Amino acid sequence: MTSLSQERAPVLEALNRYKSMRVVPFDVPGHKRGKGNRELTEFLGEKCLTVDVNSMKPLDNLCHPVSVIKDAEALAAKAFHAKHAFFMVNGTTSAVQTMVLSACKRGEKIIMPRNVHRSAINALILSGAIPVYVNPGVNHELGISLGMALADVEQAILENPDAKAVLVNNPTYYGVCSNLKAITDLAHQHNMLVLADEAHGTHFYFGGGLPASAMSAGADMAAVSMHKSGGSLTQSSLLLVNGLSEGYVRQIINLTQTTSGSYLLISSLDISRRNLALRGKSIFQKVAEMAEYARSEINEIGGYYAFSRELINGDSIYDFDRTKLSVHTLDIGLAGIEVYDLLRDEYDIQIEFGDIGNVLAYISIGDRVLDLERLVSALSEIKRRFAKDKAGMLSQEYIRPQVILGPQEAFYAESESTPIKESLGRICSEFVMCYPPGIPVLAPGEKVTEEALEYIQYAKEKGCFLTGTQDSLVNHIQTVKE
Amino acid sequence: MELWFTEKHTDNVNFSIKVDRQVYSGQSEFQRIDIFDSLEFGRFLTLDGYMMLTEKDEFIYHEMIVHVPMNVLPHVKKVLVIGGGDGGAVRELVRYPEIERIDLVEIDEQVVEVCKKYLPQTAGKLDDPRVSVHYADGLKFVRSRKEEYDLIIVDSTDPFGPGEGLFTREFYGNCFKALTETGAMVNQHESPFYPVDAVAMQRAHKRIIDSFPISRVYQAHIPTYPSGHWLFGFASKKYHPVEDYHAAGWSARGFRTKYYNDKIHVGAFALPNYVKELLEEME
Repeated sequence: MTSLSQERAPVLEALNRYKSMRVVPFDVPGHKRGKGNRELTEFLGEKCLTVDVNSMKPLDNLCHPVSVIKDAEALAAKAFHAKHAFFMVNGTTSAVQTMVLSACKRGEKIIMPRNVHRSAINALILSGAIPVYVNPGVNHELGISLGMALADVEQAILENPDAKAVLVNNPTYYGVCSNLKAITDLAHQHNMLVLADEAHGTHFYFGGGLPASAMSAGADMAAVSMHKSGGSLTQSSLLLVNGLSEGYVRQIINLTQTTSGSYLLISSLDISRRNLALRGKSIFQKVAEMAEYARSEINEIGGYYAFSRELINGDSIYDFDRTKLSVHTLDIGLAGIEVYDLLRDEYDIQIEFGDIGNVLAYISIGDRVLDLERLVSALSEIKRRFAKDKAGMLSQEYIRPQVILGPQEAFYAESESTPIKESLGRICSEFVMCYPPGIPVLAPGEKVTEEALEYIQYAKEKGCFLTGTQDSLVNHIQTVKE
Repeated sequence: MELWFTEKHTDNVNFSIKVDRQVYSGQSEFQRIDIFDSLEFGRFLTLDGYMMLTEKDEFIYHEMIVHVPMNVLPHVKKVLVIGGGDGGAVRELVRYPEIERIDLVEIDEQVVEVCKKYLPQTAGKLDDPRVSVHYADGLKFVRSRKEEYDLIIVDSTDPFGPGEGLFTREFYGNCFKALTETGAMVNQHESPFYPVDAVAMQRAHKRIIDSFPISRVYQAHIPTYPSGHWLFGFASKKYHPVEDYHAAGWSARGFRTKYYNDKIHVGAFALPNYVKELLEEME
């Protein structure tokens, strides 16, 4: 392929060419450019439905790209400084799973922090790999879990020299980064792969003054949520690869990926990549400025703490993503989840999530200063109207997991529904987590501890949305039959 | 030549004024600003194509948004006007000698500049020494103020575009906080007539009654606003707009007004049944 410029968008161009040919469709999808489903066309718009098309020669095929998708992926790889980029249409979840499945086979070990997204542990259930958890440490004042300290990673590596890979959040949901470069160098010295979950880090590839991206740190693979800060459609994502064989990774992807990849998602990746490559730097500069502005206004209110780079400690908070707007709320006597609910119910403001001690508002290029003023004013009002004494507020602590069985073994083991109060000491065979952020309190194969039960009870009382269990009310959990 | 200004009052209703000539057109950071001359309504100002005021009928709006609260609240010394860059509300306020300070917070400096130049009828008193003009987001300005104002007048545009933050619960709550313990807020409250406006009106009412112990709505007839039937909100911490009205005080001032008088003050709070029902739905 001759080198294309970042101003091109091969999939978009092919779809436009295809539209102008007015091809008569005797193929799927059956709505036939929307004509067969008027209501849907009216709702989504004709433009949208006319490009909801099937793979075909002029449009390439996601499972085995040879033309326009191949070109678009090559452009994405170049924009993200990777050897290869895969367009993913089943979310960053599928990208994380592909990373784990590519790196580890059944019974092989993978080193990871416990505050990973559920998709990473799901991948362990699929692959049969065994997790070696590194305690990410907690900032006790804020109750947020942090990055992995380099010494802790080193210890895990030395204790598990047979581990195949290290998985790193870059950054965490809150914007905390580990020392990815040093971890990568260390892992490579021990012949381990480095996999980065960059679900919240797309902008690292385009920002000035933002933390290092996985590819720049030399990581082997990275799962990048283009649909978060990158602006593409929900469920579209990128998998970046540096160190592995493209062909093998493609085979792994095709184990679970749809053979009907949506061109809405694929074209949104292509268009968003072009936008970021051409304008990303100024876009994220603006986003960072908006976040900084909101942070200083929120800190002005008093009681709230909108935290940022001052937390950097050279290790477990090696760097911090200043486009994130995370606010600690416990000092006004309200749990983050309570502030989250008040913002929505009283002020018509929807933010990304609230947990025990914090809320996170997601700032992006789509925001206006006008709307930030509303958020800040609403927080000021919530303090005035609802602030309480902070006594009795639980801060989030790291719940040290006691892994008894591998996730796959526990998940597929014979299990029984156990009233949650009687589950203490048993081995959990499913997930229990608050969503968002989707970080498991308990994962399959872990012992149910006192602290985990206490946390679940408190999260329930405060109105967190608990999920992962067969019992939707989380009054029972599945445990391994004894 | 036939040149007409047309504003869509609904998808199916147009309101048109024959234009003699266009006096000014500009695009600010926030909105498009136009000024026209017409034979029927004199000079008029539009923002993003929406009618803000005409020389012929602006007295109704500005008298009603100012004299109603000023003759209920005793000892008004400090007033905050949010929006109102045309200066009409300020013009009525400066007639009261007991007012010591008026802060006008307008987001769009260009509106003030244009009105000063082309609409001296309303903007003529913005240079009064008691008046300070702040070019800022109203929501932001009021956030940091606490028990400072005796009266807040919310002279906003519609609940979309740059004025939308001024129809929110957080804004009304912030105003409550910025008022002294006997203070009150008066706001432009949209129209009850066309369904789209009525929904905005109801939402504003719901948010105000959630924020203030006393909340009443009054009306006026404004020919150039959609349907002509317009509402104002009176939200107060202590004083009731009718029970605490000082008719004698008003007469003693001897102000000349074209719309407002002591009977109108009381009568404006008598609302048609359909309006009462719309409001009661929210209460």
